[in-house]
Amino acid sequence: MALRKATFAGAVAGEWIKIWTVRSTLWSMFSTVVVTVGLSSLLSLAYALSYDRLGFRARLAFDPVAYGLAGLNFGVITLGVLGVLVVSTEFSSGLMRTSLSAVPRRSRLLAAKAVVLAVIALVVGLISSFAAFFASQAIFSMRRLGVGIGDPEVLRAVTGGGLYLTLIALISLGAGAIVRHTAGAITSVLGVLFVAPIFGVFLPEDWGRTVQKFLPPAAGSAILTTRETPVTLPPWEGFGVFAGYTALVLVVAFVLFRRRDV
Amino acid sequence: MISASGLTKVYGSKTAVDHADFTVRPGVVTGFLGPNGAGKSTAMRLVLGLDRATSGSVTVNGRCYRDLPAPLREVGALLEAKAWHGGRSAYDHLRFLALTNGIPKARVREVLDIVGLHDVAGKRAKGYSLGMGQRLGIAAALLGDPSILMFDEPVNGLDPEGILWIRRLMQSLAAEGRTVFVSSHLMSEMAVTAGHLIVIGRGRILADTPMADFIPPSHVRVRSPDLQALGRTVAAENWRARAADGALLVYGVTPADVGDLAHRNGIRVHELSPVHPSLEEAFMRLTADSVEFHGGG
Repeated sequence: MALRKATFAGAVAGEWIKIWTVRSTLWSMFSTVVVTVGLSSLLSLAYALSYDRLGFRARLAFDPVAYGLAGLNFGVITLGVLGVLVVSTEFSSGLMRTSLSAVPRRSRLLAAKAVVLAVIALVVGLISSFAAFFASQAIFSMRRLGVGIGDPEVLRAVTGGGLYLTLIALISLGAGAIVRHTAGAITSVLGVLFVAPIFGVFLPEDWGRTVQKFLPPAAGSAILTTRETPVTLPPWEGFGVFAGYTALVLVVAFVLFRRRDV
Repeated sequence: MISASGLTKVYGSKTAVDHADFTVRPGVVTGFLGPNGAGKSTAMRLVLGLDRATSGSVTVNGRCYRDLPAPLREVGALLEAKAWHGGRSAYDHLRFLALTNGIPKARVREVLDIVGLHDVAGKRAKGYSLGMGQRLGIAAALLGDPSILMFDEPVNGLDPEGILWIRRLMQSLAAEGRTVFVSSHLMSEMAVTAGHLIVIGRGRILADTPMADFIPPSHVRVRSPDLQALGRTVAAENWRARAADGALLVYGVTPADVGDLAHRNGIRVHELSPVHPSLEEAFMRLTADSVEFHGGG
């Protein structure tokens, strides 16, 4: 055997095999698409059916793109679980020791996991986002509410949906590496993304509204909007804030992963 | 070659490995012997950099483990019974490991054949028996054809056939000139497997010696009412002997030799017995005060 070296590319190739050889990956991908597209369609249908009863203001504020992509927020659960599992099952099974024997440079191992997960989450996220968009716009078109992918801001919002889900997966990977237990990590992710917004609700009005905008879910999903709203940051600003949170969690994850005993 | 110097690991208030100095050399099976909780597994994790040493250092082939260009090609380790994901097959487990270290895919089939897992290689590992899991761990250790192998309690839970298989494997690996480092709390196992011994108790290295030097040599115990006369006769034959507990211990000869000698010289003999000190005895003497957990499994 020629002496070949262990490289980052090798670590990525290994992680690529690893992620495809457990059933949870395909299940997460499949359920992400089903949940996001299904719920987006259902919500759009509900809106279209009740459109006649809506007031003028509500009709004016209607953002067919953001509304049509509302189901993506539920992809948080399925892709979040996938992101957590990529790390946490290695700790629970004892595989982490084998993995680190093969790739003892810990940042390299975690980075390889992040790269593989990001690619998969991006593909699944984009498929989900585009499918949800076309399904919901088809429903809205029945009421002449639909928009096209070529309309201003639309392609950005739909592509952004895929990017948002990618960040969700990465932030979950970070949580998995920090918490190291599947249930604990999933609870933390869902807590931050679904429960934290409640915090803003109880703050005095102005404050609450501002804080709310900067909380993870609102900041992240700002990229889905095509109209200015008082409750979200502008799309890229919001996305930037959420990317900042993701980076922060990943930095903490890398530091702890390098430092701790396995 | 594995070299530890001043290797220390402290967990909270417990010192698991305490200023350990040892060297594991190629060409011989080195047994790492100690009671449960003595620090064997911790020391092995420190070798692989899985746990960070509190102080001191350990190198493999002169380098820190994490600095090895292709670690699996230099060190193969079986750390615990289960270090794989139950949802993945043996074949996939080995395939991803091979990819990380640039090991050809053909080698995966080779090691599956060596450990006898080829028939179940495509099945998910969660259905494997303890012995099959152990074989998968050994396949992973052999994957990179490494010059150093570490096995932590490899015979735990195996049937006699499996134990024999692992023993032969370790001995043949050592015979090929590899460094084989195997931990166990089973002295009987060490006695038949290892050629060199590193004994650890409460994190301290108590002995680092060839097996033959660790176990006192076999001898003949003789009791006689004429002990002094017997001693002089034995000395006249140039046999090595020493007095202990009112008996004479004679080395390098058989009971027949001693009996015949006594008869020729008209010396009465009251006891004449062969003594074969065991690894157990030598070990118990050494670790009498460093056993942390008594009884149990």
